[in-house]
This record gives sequence, structure tokens and C-alpha cells, in this order.
Amino acid sequence: MLKIENLHASVEDKEILRGINLEVKAGEVHAIMGPNGSGKSTLASVIAGKEEFEVTEGSVQLEGEDLEETSPEERAHKGVFLSFQYPVEIPGVSVTNFMKTAINESRKARGLEDMPAKDMLKLIREKSEMLEIDRKFLSRSLNQGFSGGEKKRNEIFQMAMLEPKLAILDETDSGLDIDALRIVANGVNKLKSKDNAVIVITHYQRLLDYIVPDFVHVLHNGKIVKSGGKELALELEEKGYDWLKQETAV
Amino acid sequence: MAYTEEELKKELETKEYEYGFYTDIKSDTFPNGLNEEIVIAISKKKEEPEWMTLWRLEAFKIWKEMEEPEWANVHYTKPDFQAISYYSAPVKADPNKSLDDVDPELLEMYKKLGISVDEQKKLQNVAVDIVMDSVSVATTFKKTLAEKGIIFCSISEAIKEHPELVKKYLGSVVPQKDNFYAALNSAVFSDGSFCYIPKGVRCPMELSTYFRINQAGTGQFERTLVIADEDSYVSYLEGCTAPSRDENQLHAAVVELIALDDAEIKYSTVQNWFPGNKEGKGGVYNFVTKRGLCEKNAKISWTQVETGSAVTWKYPSCILKGDNSIGEFYSIAVTNNYQQADTGTKMIHLGKNTRSTIISKGISAGKSQNSYRGLVQISSRADNARNFSQCDSLLMGNECGAHTFPYIEVKNKTAQIEHEATTSKIGEDQIFYCNQRGIDTEKAIALIVNGFSKEVLNKLPMEFAVEAQKLLEISLEGSVG
Repeated sequence: MLKIENLHASVEDKEILRGINLEVKAGEVHAIMGPNGSGKSTLASVIAGKEEFEVTEGSVQLEGEDLEETSPEERAHKGVFLSFQYPVEIPGVSVTNFMKTAINESRKARGLEDMPAKDMLKLIREKSEMLEIDRKFLSRSLNQGFSGGEKKRNEIFQMAMLEPKLAILDETDSGLDIDALRIVANGVNKLKSKDNAVIVITHYQRLLDYIVPDFVHVLHNGKIVKSGGKELALELEEKGYDWLKQETAV
Repeated sequence: MAYTEEELKKELETKEYEYGFYTDIKSDTFPNGLNEEIVIAISKKKEEPEWMTLWRLEAFKIWKEMEEPEWANVHYTKPDFQAISYYSAPVKADPNKSLDDVDPELLEMYKKLGISVDEQKKLQNVAVDIVMDSVSVATTFKKTLAEKGIIFCSISEAIKEHPELVKKYLGSVVPQKDNFYAALNSAVFSDGSFCYIPKGVRCPMELSTYFRINQAGTGQFERTLVIADEDSYVSYLEGCTAPSRDENQLHAAVVELIALDDAEIKYSTVQNWFPGNKEGKGGVYNFVTKRGLCEKNAKISWTQVETGSAVTWKYPSCILKGDNSIGEFYSIAVTNNYQQADTGTKMIHLGKNTRSTIISKGISAGKSQNSYRGLVQISSRADNARNFSQCDSLLMGNECGAHTFPYIEVKNKTAQIEHEATTSKIGEDQIFYCNQRGIDTEKAIALIVNGFSKEVLNKLPMEFAVEAQKLLEISLEGSVG
């Protein structure tokens, strides 16, 4: 599915990613953990194709295809989805309208007609029920006046609507109370299949109790310094990151 | 699609004016210049009665003494009023003929603009009185309207057929001496629309007029007069696109609305005159006076979507004379490249319990300048008057300007006035968010702009809202920084 090789990326000449290697196969869940400033969000943005970041070395491949020349929207059409850590507000554009536009743009890229309104409504109903979202919420302006939890739940709703191949959840757990966390995690679990993959970026083990990863990677100073199974997350929870920093410094 | 400011700028430059073409029709055009003879000749050409000729001459006399106003936040080379021809009529046109008799070239042009009369007739519940250059060339739905006693015709026809109404109301809201351009228009107006809704009648369809500027170098001076008699209702739409031209074209229209007791007028405009090319060359000068008078319990709503013209100077206003009358102004003004707009409204509260609402959305891109200028005036007699104003500006890029000039004059302490204003910029983060969901940058801008303008777009009649949205997209494609 996703293959990252020796990825170096910088912003304004400051190198943030310093040689990332990561392979994610269909059906897998990977967790990426690490202290603040280790490059977790940058990695997510680079996979999504944010132009602000310059890839200076290495490559990102999706299903065997190098993404270097691929625009963010084309990556989205190919099935890359990023649940943003800080979702932006778009005043006057309802969640429904935004989703309708996103889905139809992706369909257009695949040479399909717009989704019939009837099917769209059915899809919206199904997915909003799954994530226990009040329908009134969907006619509100995108993220405007949403609480932290509502924003994150809305991200996962969009993920459910778009059914991506590769979903990257960037600190989706921050700002969620325990009930919202459970709902969001259940949603993600229901969307998981043998054909898609999920990358979960988080600071805390908490989310991983619900979305159980197959692999855990620790990012530090722009490199993956340790990889392991789900028990690695528990170890980190217990010991913090300092022991790893010391270990890698040696 | 890559998204750097440089690339976007390049892309924006390649956007041509979508409606830029010129239809070659033989015209009956007056020589350039303006004097009493020309004014008399226009009146004669239109077979007007003497009182009308005198009214025009009086206006001309006033105009000669006036000076072009300079207080607006716009900069342009003043037109040479002696270098303009003041009358041009497609020679083959005749309002009494059926569509089959209309010059096929004209019909072809309407088709290019996507407003074929046939289509309009069949698909829309809209009566269309099309004005091209100066003479009405096709009128439809007249019969249906006549059954209700509604008069909808060209102003020239009204002058001949309904002189009592025209005499009574023409210049009653915008007098000849009101301002420089209104005086000029009063002297030389070539044609326009007239509408009268009788007492207690609700006009069953949206009335619509499309204006075009066609003939090279011909100034266009429309005159519109809408009278809603007691307890009547009418919704009037006006939309324009204009062929592209090198020299500046002057457009100085006057619109007068009269809403008698308990009447309501909704007046919607989509304005897309040629804005000039990307270097700021050419484009229409749009100096318009629009004003409505509300008697007791009457209501006037102005809704405008202004995307065109090189220079816009326009303040659709309401005089809230009658007690409990209501004035509304909803506006979207878009400027791109070197366009300049100075637009807003005046709400003059004279009666008791009068209410007004102003929602203005300014969108600036390129090197354009976009100003909101508004006056809310509460007279000493206007007890319990209320006004709410909201002025929002959206900026794209770092070279454009947004300005707000709100004037508030209150002479009655029971008044309640609220004013809100915001300025925002389309951010790279917003664009990236949309991109990540599969929406390309152009579509993302359209989405964001439509969201920003939604409160005003919602006020437009359905069929117009779609056209307006399309216009916003055309006007702003690719313009972000």
C-alpha cells in the first residue's frame, strides 16, 4: 500500500524528516508515536502532499506509484485521507455541501457522474448514524464554532464518507472525551478492512486501547528510532520517551 | 495542481473575459457629442411628447452646470462627454414584431450569452424585456401580465402609452438635479424598462430585464421606473453581460422604485459588464443611481451581485418615508485585476418604526480596490428606528485593498443602530484542507467564496442564484495568494 524510503523533508531549509523508512500493507494498522516536535505531523503532511514541505531525498510510493509529482487532490483521489490535527473552518459551507463537493470531485477524477442525490442522502444517513452524529450538525458551517471533539468527529465522518485506502489520523484523540473517543475509535474500526490501511499518530496509549495497532513506531528527531508490536506503546506509556532518547543518543 | 502564488497569478492572467465578443449589427448611430440639438433629436427619434422633451432639456441645463463628483475612492480618466454618441439603435429592431422577425444575429448573440429568448420563454416563468443598446427588441409574457393589469414595457412605450404614470413618478425619487450622472441620464436616456403593479396585485412571475452594451463607443443610459401600487408585490431581476471593448464605455443608469402603502418590491441585479483586461485596459464605467421610496408599511429589498465593470459607483438606497416601512440591501461586490468598486447604500429613516438591514460582502483579488460606502440616517421624527449593518471583506493575495466607509447620522435618541464588520483572507490552510479532500484549488476558492457570500446569494431568486454563483466562480478563478 504505502512505501516510504529514506524520506528527507524540510520546510524553509530546516530539515524535519531525516530518513524515514516505513512500509504499510493493506489490512494493517500502524501507530506512530513520539515526543512533540519529532516530525509526526510533518510526516502526515508530506504523505498528503502539502507543498510547504520540500522532499529533498527519498520517496513516498502508494501502491507502487511514486507520489512526488502528484498534487494533494490527486493523492486524495487515489485514496489518501488525512484527519487533520487542527481542522480549518470554512464559514458558510455546510458539512453536507462540503462532503458532496469532495465526493463528486473524486468521482469526476475517476470519470464517474455526480453521485445521485438519493444515494448521497442515504450515505450521509448511514455514516452519521454510525458515528452518532446529530443530523442538524451536518447543516452547520464546516468546523465553525465546533468544539474540539466535534471537529475530530467530523473528520472521521468525512473519512467514513470518502472510504479512503490509506487513512492517516493525526492526533485525532486530542480534545476528545472518553465517550467521543470510543465513538470515533468504533467508527475507525468499522471502516477497517483487509483492503485498506490506517496510520494513527498519537502521543498517548489511550487511543490504542480502542484502535489496536499491528505495529508501533517511535519517531524522534525526524527518524524512526524504534519499531515494535502494540506492547511498545504500553512500554512508552510507562516509561515516557526519555529512555528512548537516551538509548538513541548512545 | 501545484499551488504557489506565482503559478496562480499566471493562471489568473490567462483568464479572458468569458463573454467578450462583438456582434456586427448595422446601427443607426448619432454623431458624437452632446448639446441641446442632440437631446431634442433623441426625444424626436423616440417620438416623445413635448413635455418629455422639455423635461430632458431641463435636465441637460442642470447637467451643464454640474461637476463630475470626485469623492469616491476610485481613480480613472474622466470620460470626454463630447466624444460619446448618445443614441444607437439596432435598425432592424421593432418591438411590435414577433421573435421570428428579430434579427437572427441578435438571437445568436443571446444564445452565446446563454439567454436565448426561446429558452427563457419555455423554461423560465420569467417575462423578459430585452434591451440591447437602446431599443427593446423582444417582449414576452405581456399577455399574462396584462390580464392582471400589470404594465411591463419599455420606458419609451410607457411615455407614449401611460403618460399620466410617467409624468407623476419619473424623477420623483431621483430628481434631475440629484447628481451629475443622474442629470446626464435624465437628459439623454435612451431606453429602459417600466413596470406598474396595480393595487392589491401580486405579480405572478419574476420580471426580468437583460441589458447589453453592444455598439462601440456608445454610452448607455438606461432608465428604469418601477411602481408598486398599494398592497402589491413584485420581484424584478436585472442582469447584464457585455461584449469586450478596448475603449472605456460609460454606463450611467437611473433606477427609481416607488412602493406605495403596504407594497413590496424586490429588486435583484447581477452585474457583469466588461471589467477591462488584466492590465486594467478598457472596461465599463458603471455610474448608477438607484433609489427607492417606501410609503407606509412598504418594503424595498435591493440585492446585487457586482462582478463586472472597471469602475463602479453605485449606492442602491431606500427612503423610508412611511411609518413601519422596511429597507434592505444585500450586496456582493467582487473586484479582480485593476477593477475598482465604490458601492454601498443609503438608508434614510424618516418615518416612525422604520427598519433597515445592510449586508455587504466585498471580495477583492488581484490589484483591485473594493470600497463599501454606506449612510444610515435617522431623522428627528423617526422614533424607534432600527438599523443593522454588517460589512464583511474577503481578501485574496497581498496587492488588493478593501475599504469600509460607514456613515451614521442619528437625530433621534430612540434609534437602535448596530454595525458589524470583519476582514478575512483565504488561507493556504483552507485551500490545503480542501485539496486533501480531493477538491482542486479553483473549486476550493469557489466553495469558500460562495460560503462567504451565502447570506446574500440566498436572497436571490433561485434561477438567478445559480447564474450568480457561476459568475463569482468566473470572476475569481485561480485568484489566491
